[in-house]
Amino acid sequence: MGALDTLRTDGLALARGGRIVLRGLSVTVRAGEALAVEGRNGAGKTSLLRAIAGFLEPQSGSIQLSFRDGAAVASGEERGRFVGWLGHQDGTKPQFTPREHLQFAQRFYGRADDSTNALNRSGLARLGDVPAQYLSAGQKRRLALARLLACARPLWLLDEPFAALDNEGKTIVRDLVAEHCARGGIAVAATHEPLGISCRTLQLA
Amino acid sequence: MSFFTIVARDVRLAMRGGGGAFLALAFFAMTVTLVPLAVGPDLKILSAICVGLLWVAASLASLLSLDRLFQADFDDGSLDLLALGPVSLETLAFAKIAAHWLTTGLPLTLLAPAMALLLNLPARGYVALICALAIGTPAISALGAVGASLTLAIRRGGLILPLIVMPLLAPVLIFGSGAVRSAIDGLANGGFFFLAAFSLAAVLLSPFAAAAGLRLNLGT
Repeated sequence: MGALDTLRTDGLALARGGRIVLRGLSVTVRAGEALAVEGRNGAGKTSLLRAIAGFLEPQSGSIQLSFRDGAAVASGEERGRFVGWLGHQDGTKPQFTPREHLQFAQRFYGRADDSTNALNRSGLARLGDVPAQYLSAGQKRRLALARLLACARPLWLLDEPFAALDNEGKTIVRDLVAEHCARGGIAVAATHEPLGISCRTLQLA
Repeated sequence: MSFFTIVARDVRLAMRGGGGAFLALAFFAMTVTLVPLAVGPDLKILSAICVGLLWVAASLASLLSLDRLFQADFDDGSLDLLALGPVSLETLAFAKIAAHWLTTGLPLTLLAPAMALLLNLPARGYVALICALAIGTPAISALGAVGASLTLAIRRGGLILPLIVMPLLAPVLIFGSGAVRSAIDGLANGGFFFLAAFSLAAVLLSPFAAAAGLRLNLGT
């Protein structure tokens, strides 16, 4: 499968804990676009991201990822193979150094960018060999960003990407997302503050 | 290959500080050392209870480390990332089981003869003991993974986990210690075949059950 074409949801309804949090959502995101998902607490932003990633089965409706060459992926688990995930938890291991995190990620997901370069971009250049247990919350967030950068995943799903980050960190997020989209990727970000780059906004009721 | 990448990651995590690979081993050694102090130094009694005691202590020690299997990764968000990897959840569960066995079952098997020495295991039992533990402990890791995957979302799931897993381990304990005892008594030994069959079935089927449990918890 080649380059991404679109991510489309059709009449999507999602439930969590037996309660419908979102219904009738139809949205299309094209390659090169970023979508900012906004909405009050509990509006279903995280649920939407988890459904796109394939963790949460939709109650009804569908999610489809299609490619330039006409191929399409409809099953959740298959879709997950294309997802770069920045969850609201960072998924860092206290015992591993940032460099080890990236080495594992690259071996596991496939490599996009050089790990040293990814650490430099996310501002962790001098912390590459410090176990993650000594990193602050914001630094762990930066490590999760570096992982996104180091792995070749075309569909970025970002849950509150600015959480715990300082102003410089927020600028890094904006730059990375803009670059990712310029390369023909798709980014969907659930966020409370404006993404700050040219993007479409989806307001969840 | 991705399978070995996960195994290597988990083994390295377990070996690092706070990983807890040695916790099970220490628990096993402590339990077995304490029993003679409580039961008394009568060698006849000790060698009579030795096999059963070693099996019980080994399975309790394995249970102790089960929450490391998925819970830590679930709590810090790593499980989401692993689930998005290039392998199916079944393969992921299988790799996790393999890594758990390498850092728990295998060291317990290797330590067991030394502990058996303390308990006066008859000389004919050593080879049988090592073989039986080597065959049986993978089943403990595998069945433990099923319980661990089911209790992920429960706070303090560590308490309910042994309640789910212990009954499933009864066949391992029965056939495992039975096999060693018949070897000591020089009797015809069918226990090994039953143990091997049960262990094989557990190791082959558990990844599917554990993957279903993971799927359930990732979707909440």
